[in-house]
Amino acid sequence: MSTISKRLRSLTAMGAIGTTVALVLAGCGARAGDEAAAGGTSAAPSCVDTSGSAVKLGFLNSLTGGMAISEKTVSNVLHMAADEINAGGGILGKKIEYVQEDGATDWPTFAEKTEKLLTQDCVAAIFGGWTSSSRKAVKPVVEKHNGLFFYPVQYEGLESSPNIYYTGATTNQQIIPAMDFLKAQGVKRLFLAGSDYVFPRTANAIIKLYAAKLGIEIVGEEYVPLDKDDWTSQVAKIVAAKPDFIFNTINGSSNVGFVKAYYDAGLKAETTPIISVSIAEEEAPAMGHEVTGQYASWNYFQSLKTPTNPKFIESWKAYPNSSGVTSDPMEAAYISLYLYKALVEAAGSFDVDAVNAAAKKNAITFDAPEGKVTLDGENHHISKPGHIGKINSSNQFDIVWASDKFIEPDPYLEGYDWFPADIRKQLVDAAG
Amino acid sequence: MDALIAPLLNGSAQGALLLLAALGLSLTFGQMGVINMAHGEFLMIGAFAAYLVQQVITASNLSIPVALPVAFVVAGLFGLLLEVTIIQWMYRRPLDTLLVTVGVGLILQQAALQIFPSQGVPVEKPGWLDGQLNILGYEWPLRQLFTILLASVCVAALSAWLKYTSFGRRIRATVQNRDLAETSGISTRTIDRLTFFTGSGLAGVAGVAASLIGGTNSQMGAQYIIPAFLVVAAGGIGQLKGTIIAAWAVGVALSYFAYWTTGSLAQVLAFILVIVFLQLRPQGLFTVRTRSLA
Repeated sequence: MSTISKRLRSLTAMGAIGTTVALVLAGCGARAGDEAAAGGTSAAPSCVDTSGSAVKLGFLNSLTGGMAISEKTVSNVLHMAADEINAGGGILGKKIEYVQEDGATDWPTFAEKTEKLLTQDCVAAIFGGWTSSSRKAVKPVVEKHNGLFFYPVQYEGLESSPNIYYTGATTNQQIIPAMDFLKAQGVKRLFLAGSDYVFPRTANAIIKLYAAKLGIEIVGEEYVPLDKDDWTSQVAKIVAAKPDFIFNTINGSSNVGFVKAYYDAGLKAETTPIISVSIAEEEAPAMGHEVTGQYASWNYFQSLKTPTNPKFIESWKAYPNSSGVTSDPMEAAYISLYLYKALVEAAGSFDVDAVNAAAKKNAITFDAPEGKVTLDGENHHISKPGHIGKINSSNQFDIVWASDKFIEPDPYLEGYDWFPADIRKQLVDAAG
Repeated sequence: MDALIAPLLNGSAQGALLLLAALGLSLTFGQMGVINMAHGEFLMIGAFAAYLVQQVITASNLSIPVALPVAFVVAGLFGLLLEVTIIQWMYRRPLDTLLVTVGVGLILQQAALQIFPSQGVPVEKPGWLDGQLNILGYEWPLRQLFTILLASVCVAALSAWLKYTSFGRRIRATVQNRDLAETSGISTRTIDRLTFFTGSGLAGVAGVAASLIGGTNSQMGAQYIIPAFLVVAAGGIGQLKGTIIAAWAVGVALSYFAYWTTGSLAQVLAFILVIVFLQLRPQGLFTVRTRSLA
């Protein structure tokens, strides 16, 4: 007992010292900031040096902690794209030299590492991130320093920044095509199951509005915290609600628990299928045969037949530490580096303002594995084809539905009359 | 009827899994006073052991029964290794064991991330667990009955072992008064190792059960460690029957709250209940009469 309390005391003392140091440091930081502000410059002049034979880029993903499960692959494919571009002569003749940082599944760390990459490593652009929380942590920092951040994952939309390029789908390129598919399937009763954070909540708010327009009844809506796998209690509610389709916005390992609980309860793909927006080629194998016959909405699938897809798959399979399968988020990460290359080459410069000006011409394209994508210079998103895949017994996707053309990005859903302005404002405010 | 019976049954199964995760802790924390934050990772080791067994024995009907003892031994050996290399230098310093084992847990997580596919691996459910049992109109998944039976078997085996074997008597003697046990000729070193092996092994068994409910990946242990500690604390440290009742109560509370409110709110409400309970009764449901525990 006495040892414990002694230790507690010394821990408290250490804590007190730590707090004091932190306060002093914070004080210094504030003063330095004040002086900079008094000097009249809103952003420090960029320290990016591209006079040599190389250009420095920052790669920022969680390589440790919970999100490493997903982000490791995105990080690896960025390395592969950099190697490819270097083998082809680099960007504007300069070889990519990347600085890899670990966001460690901790959002303040993402902000700190962004600050470090921009102000100490002086990188020309940063690539990576996965969760919306990580993007929202990076956003104010890249905006403050007028840096560039390329974000590769489908997300809830309702955002655009002059300093961020979004190469994953926004809601009108993934959620809305999925709803159109459900309508075509004659779905009448839909159940919404999601993880409890910003993407599923926003996606479901949009789904409910569109469902009302399509005449689909929402018979229930359930959320489970992102870090909990056990879906048993919620699945019992799904069984009781008797939906004819389930819209799944669950993310991560919780998906495995959901599919197991679904299967345990006797639900079947033939009678109560699931459509997911976060189960791809990477995730499906961890669910074994229990996920066979279920659907997913993405822009890219490994099974897509496009001119550039076979080479992409082949390069990835041969790449060290490859997971062996390609998926939508990694394809979007692959696009992001090539898109940056195209932007810089169109601008003739690595300067952020010059790059953004080049984007404004709406003429930047890339022959991506999902097809030829075009960058929208206003909202910094790219056009994408909508696809629905059905999981087969080898955990790959058979494509069962495709949008009739590439879908232009509309992150604020301004082109959809069923999406009222007040709800848009509410959701934007809620997402921060 | 459905709305009343379903959460009761589902909650009992949820409580059984919590009990499996907490059973090992009630030994290592309750009996030995070691705060092992890597316990969740021993659970993960058990789940990966089940996956590896399924690679050798592909018929899942057979592989899960085989995986249970294998997971027990493999996780137990990892526990033994931890005890011999680190923990044995830290008895009577619970705060240090907490810090060190958090670190060990992180190392084990990262190791699993490097060795296995990062998204995790599938563990197939045996065919005899397909299907449901109709109980008063509710189609109860058989897998949940399995979790409850598995937890019951583990509890029965553990309490018989503690009560009727000479090893069990020595463990209890060591817990009640380490110095006196030593002077009576009990090798407390051997007892410590054996207890830690058993506690970690039980986490491995819990891992097999968890692999049939959720994902098998590097992060799976994290979601069980805090609830398991809470259950051990609420049950009364060092008290098996307290742990059993607390685990069941938390599981059922979680399930009813989830049924009436939402999955997220249920977590909050259930753990507020535990915290309020611990405020009113800090010693837990049952107390152990001993002079050796702080």
